[in-house]
Amino acid sequence: MAERIDAHESAVRLEMQAVSKRFGATVALEDVGIKVAAGEVLALVGENGAGKSTLMKVCSGAVKPDSGQMWLDGQPYRPGNPLEARRAGVAMIYQELSLAPHLSVQENIMLGMEPAKLGVVRWGQVRQRALEAISEFDNPELTPDARVSRLSVGSQQLVEIARALAIGCRVLVLDEPTSSLTQQDVERLFEIIGRLKQQGKAIVYISHFIEEVKRVADRVTVLRDGRVVGSSAVAAITADRIVAMMVGRQVDELYPRSERPAGEVILEIEDLAGLQNPKSASLQLRRGEVLGIAGLVGAGRTELLRSLFGLEPVKKGRIRLGVYTGPASPVKRWMQGAGLLSEDRKEEGLALSLSVADNVTLSKLKGFGPLGLVLPGRQDRATRRWLEQLDIRCRGPRQPASSLSGGNQQKVALARLLQHDVDVFLLDEPTRGIDVAAKALVYKLINALAAGSPGEGREPKAVLMVSSYLPELMGVCDRVAVMCRGTLGPTHRIKEVNEHTLMLEATGQEATA
Amino acid sequence: MSDRQVTPNRKTTINWRGLLNTLSPVLALVAVFELFVQIAPSSFATGRNVEMIARQTTIVGVAALGMTLVIIAGGIDLATGSIVALSTVVIAWLLQYAGVSPLIAALGGVAAATLFGLLSGVLITRLRVVPFIVTLGMMLVVRGAAKGIGREQKIDVDPTRLAWLDDLLASVPPDRSWMLLPPGVWMMILLALAMAALLRYTRLGRHAFALGSNEQTARLCGVAVERVKVIVYALCGAFAGLAGLMQFSRLTVGDPTVAVGLELNVIAAVVIGGGSLSGGEGSILGTLVGALIMTVIASGCTQMGLPNWVQEIVTGAIIVVAVALDRLRHRRTA
Repeated sequence: MAERIDAHESAVRLEMQAVSKRFGATVALEDVGIKVAAGEVLALVGENGAGKSTLMKVCSGAVKPDSGQMWLDGQPYRPGNPLEARRAGVAMIYQELSLAPHLSVQENIMLGMEPAKLGVVRWGQVRQRALEAISEFDNPELTPDARVSRLSVGSQQLVEIARALAIGCRVLVLDEPTSSLTQQDVERLFEIIGRLKQQGKAIVYISHFIEEVKRVADRVTVLRDGRVVGSSAVAAITADRIVAMMVGRQVDELYPRSERPAGEVILEIEDLAGLQNPKSASLQLRRGEVLGIAGLVGAGRTELLRSLFGLEPVKKGRIRLGVYTGPASPVKRWMQGAGLLSEDRKEEGLALSLSVADNVTLSKLKGFGPLGLVLPGRQDRATRRWLEQLDIRCRGPRQPASSLSGGNQQKVALARLLQHDVDVFLLDEPTRGIDVAAKALVYKLINALAAGSPGEGREPKAVLMVSSYLPELMGVCDRVAVMCRGTLGPTHRIKEVNEHTLMLEATGQEATA
Repeated sequence: MSDRQVTPNRKTTINWRGLLNTLSPVLALVAVFELFVQIAPSSFATGRNVEMIARQTTIVGVAALGMTLVIIAGGIDLATGSIVALSTVVIAWLLQYAGVSPLIAALGGVAAATLFGLLSGVLITRLRVVPFIVTLGMMLVVRGAAKGIGREQKIDVDPTRLAWLDDLLASVPPDRSWMLLPPGVWMMILLALAMAALLRYTRLGRHAFALGSNEQTARLCGVAVERVKVIVYALCGAFAGLAGLMQFSRLTVGDPTVAVGLELNVIAAVVIGGGSLSGGEGSILGTLVGALIMTVIASGCTQMGLPNWVQEIVTGAIIVVAVALDRLRHRRTA
């Protein structure tokens, strides 16, 4: 089935052959082989759970494979742990950054390998080597003494890359590097990847975004269910073909769109301002409508949703939600029929150590027993309904949320709003970090919510959705507004805009057309 | 289609591991007990000694019920020992100087304790200072208050005013042998059942778990985070007050210097029983077992004639080993 990879013209830097790994009964990897040459970017794509992360953990020494071989520059390579892998020159930049926020840039870069004499750190050398590493990036924010917690996410990522460079890495693995970056930072990152490539580094680039893969990678290997389903030069394959390989079928109708009759205005805000962001936001949202908010990361979109929901203070402006006016706490907002899906699933969206059932029912622990008692059996029964409807893959309602895959966790977080039966869905990056199949389900769900189903007596709901992924906003929304530096622009009907005009507005340039 | 295949598995797969997890502290207790049965003199395994172990566990056990709630909610209460002392002093003062009935005196002691717990909760939520610091402060404040009420002295109570107050933890007399255990021990068991039910079946209990597991999520989900915290600390105070009632019953004196450092034993009981200091985990069964393990060790060592310092070393080692084993188990199941 797998298309054979032909021997590359340049030297193969990292080769993994016939790698298999099982976790209990689950086959995470089966007979997987990849090759990366020096000066090449290999994109590794696949749905969540396809085995990309496990494969890279094997390569970076965090997971021991059950069988299989690896070679680094022709030498057998068998790292016992991540430290050994780093020493051998294989560095991995994880999705969740692993920096010490309280320390400075230079301390982070040299962490664990500080040059020292008799136990006393030689700061001069630390500084010099850190400077060498960051000089590659040409980023004014990055100075050796800057505290890492004060840096933007994009710059923090560069610190991680600098750390990899400082140990002289030969293979650099980037796991979903752009998921929390602004457009400018993404551009800057691509530039740096290009430069590292010229220096002869081998780069493995894991991503969900096919557009990025097309731009940055030379070759692409697609994983599905722990196997390699195909490998190809990027130039020789279409984006549609890659997606089809990932999901094992053609993705048609990713964005369903039913008849959505716009109803009464259920959420209205006027000149809303928070402490820092938003600076000014006005909008009207109707039942049966999906309103998108586009913009760069940091433009204040999340803060808009959070201040609406009472998680951040409102400084001025008017809010009306149904019959209620004025700001309110999250406790009240839930009672008023609004629910917020957090952009940060792990830190805020879910209580990971609690069960799926506890997470789904947490916002409304009522009606699960007499005298206000909460009977676990009834919680489970309510939860099972959503497990089935949203196709949440888990052993049962009592499984801890931490053991679910990202896509399934997101569905659990969404199930909470459904279980609470809210009228206004405030969705912050609802498809961040989830696989294509789960995304398709979320789009289907949003459409079903907005359309309602009069036959079953379900009223159309209203959806206010923040997303950094423009194709998804274009596909899902009826109207869209752009937030730029804290100010929300006018809402446009989706037919009147395209990705280009939205991006211009988001970056603060007037559309010239 | 795939759903239907998943469902039947559910019942068969989960329970063994879950059961083992809940029962592992109990197994540890049985093991420790059995060890002393083997090596200690024969007097160890008698019913009389078992009753004594139960009695000696009561004070720490009752206080630990409240502490379990606090620790599950991601907090800590260092004022427990001081509150126990305060409670004994208030009870003694009310009996001796206010001349109230024993029941009113007992309620007064618990009420005072609850009030200080409430104060901790309010300070934690209003000042946004971490619980460790606030309750560290309260530990001194309450201890001082207890000494103030007693004018730096013990308050002795006229034995005629005590009525039932002094037999809560007394050995069961032969004519009431149907009780099996002293009333104080029964009280602890009932309180434990009530707290277990609160944790499992009430919104407050579920909210406490949510708070300890992830406070941000709880806030997002509309849990009244501040209110839950205040209630949790007030309840912890109340349970410390009840522990104070037991303490008073045992010594029949209001002693402001009693129970110094008791909170550490209480926290140890919770932690041995599987409570996590980072919150979101803990169980009442585990906590009681934790408290019992410590008493069994103390009792066994005493009967073997081992000096106090050996007991302390053994207890300390048990705390670290128990928690290390617990972490190991977690890593396996994760």
